[in-house]
Amino acid sequence: MIRIIPTEFLKKLTGVETMVKKAFTFLMLGGLGAILLKFILSFSEKTALPEVAAHYIEKGPSELGSANIVTSVVVTYRGLDTLGEVTILFAAAAVVGLLIHLNRNENAVRREGSELLKTASVLLFPLILLFGAYVFINGHLSPGGGFQGGAIIASAVVLTVLASPNRKIGHTVLSVIESLSGLFYVGLGMAGAVLAVNGFLDNRIIPLGEFGSLFSAGLIPIIYTVIGLKVGSELSSVVITLNGETVEEDD
Amino acid sequence: MEILFLIISVFTVITAVTAVAVKDRVVSVLAGGATGLFASILFVIMAAPDVAMTEAAIGSGLTTFIFFFALRKIRRNDQDHSNGVSEETHRSRDNG
Amino acid sequence: MIGTIAVSLGTALVLLGLWSALTNRDIIRMIVGFTIFDVGIHLIMISIGYIAGGTAPIVSSLSEVGVSYVDPVPQALVLTAIVIGLGITAFMLTYAVNMYNRKGTLEIDKFEELKW
Repeated sequence: MIRIIPTEFLKKLTGVETMVKKAFTFLMLGGLGAILLKFILSFSEKTALPEVAAHYIEKGPSELGSANIVTSVVVTYRGLDTLGEVTILFAAAAVVGLLIHLNRNENAVRREGSELLKTASVLLFPLILLFGAYVFINGHLSPGGGFQGGAIIASAVVLTVLASPNRKIGHTVLSVIESLSGLFYVGLGMAGAVLAVNGFLDNRIIPLGEFGSLFSAGLIPIIYTVIGLKVGSELSSVVITLNGETVEEDD
Repeated sequence: MEILFLIISVFTVITAVTAVAVKDRVVSVLAGGATGLFASILFVIMAAPDVAMTEAAIGSGLTTFIFFFALRKIRRNDQDHSNGVSEETHRSRDNG
Repeated sequence: MIGTIAVSLGTALVLLGLWSALTNRDIIRMIVGFTIFDVGIHLIMISIGYIAGGTAPIVSSLSEVGVSYVDPVPQALVLTAIVIGLGITAFMLTYAVNMYNRKGTLEIDKFEELKW
């Protein structure tokens, strides 16, 4: 009873209400725009690096042995933020898996991909996987890293799912890879805290090696490999769950 | 280099306005992906190749894929309503 | 010059994305608005670390002098932000699919359980 009166009252005002809402939104965004405009007008490009960045650039390659400075910042200097990011991605993928699995529709038959798509996907799938692995193994030498490589691996799985959408793909192998990678990453971090000088996720447990070669920079290629496998298997399992066909895990 | 930056930022604004103003859902999602792609070109010109690779793969590629998978689920459930099969399962799942 | 253009473009994208998220009544278009808002924020963050005439922060050899690099710290933060943006978008789309399964419509005006 109490709910009827306000809704009827509001129904009379619907036309006016929408316009008031839009005007209010416009006003709020105008205010935000004025603040940001003040920021734009007082913006001037920097001419010298800030202190922290100068330290990372000068000392980074010789201390950590990695040629890509953004990689050394992400993995070693700010490694705890990367741990938080991996955790958030894991939580999001778990929630997506749970909620979509509760609402799945197993009776739908999807249209198969054409002959061209199936042949091309069979040819391209190992090549794209190889490229993704190349990107995350060479994260310390050229632009790239674990997250980019993981996204490329997930794209290969998307291609397979688009070409044959009625094929049942099991989740077991992907879950095992993802869990073991996450465990291994935290284990490597703990080993850094126990064994080496600078604590958590230090990469000097393993000798640094020669600058610019593949097996250099201590623990950084290994950490990026583990992150690449984890992100790749996580996003692949999200894609497979969104496709809809899952194998029940009671075998 | 600056003229190239200006031209591509104009394209970015055009695709962003298309994503916001068009009524069709599919065109809106595709324009959102195109905005991310143009932004990744801008990142390369601003000397950030790692960020450009990540934005192109994740922000443009995987986001558009996940959007289309979700849209397909919505459309498929819409088509099944005419059979009456999934309505009962939906109702029983709502009660439980 | 490039920095100023990038900051104004980022601001325009932020305002466009927020406007789309606040005034559209269809859930999918609200989520696209959030995606555009994310791209604008990343552009602003990268352009704060840009130094005119600087190159990408990848070192060719250990004994190099006289090369000016751009700031690598905002780039590391934006890397994290892009991946988290993907997680949040997947999360929002899952909720959109669930809401559609409950009510059969995607307009948020029809969902009145939280209104008082």
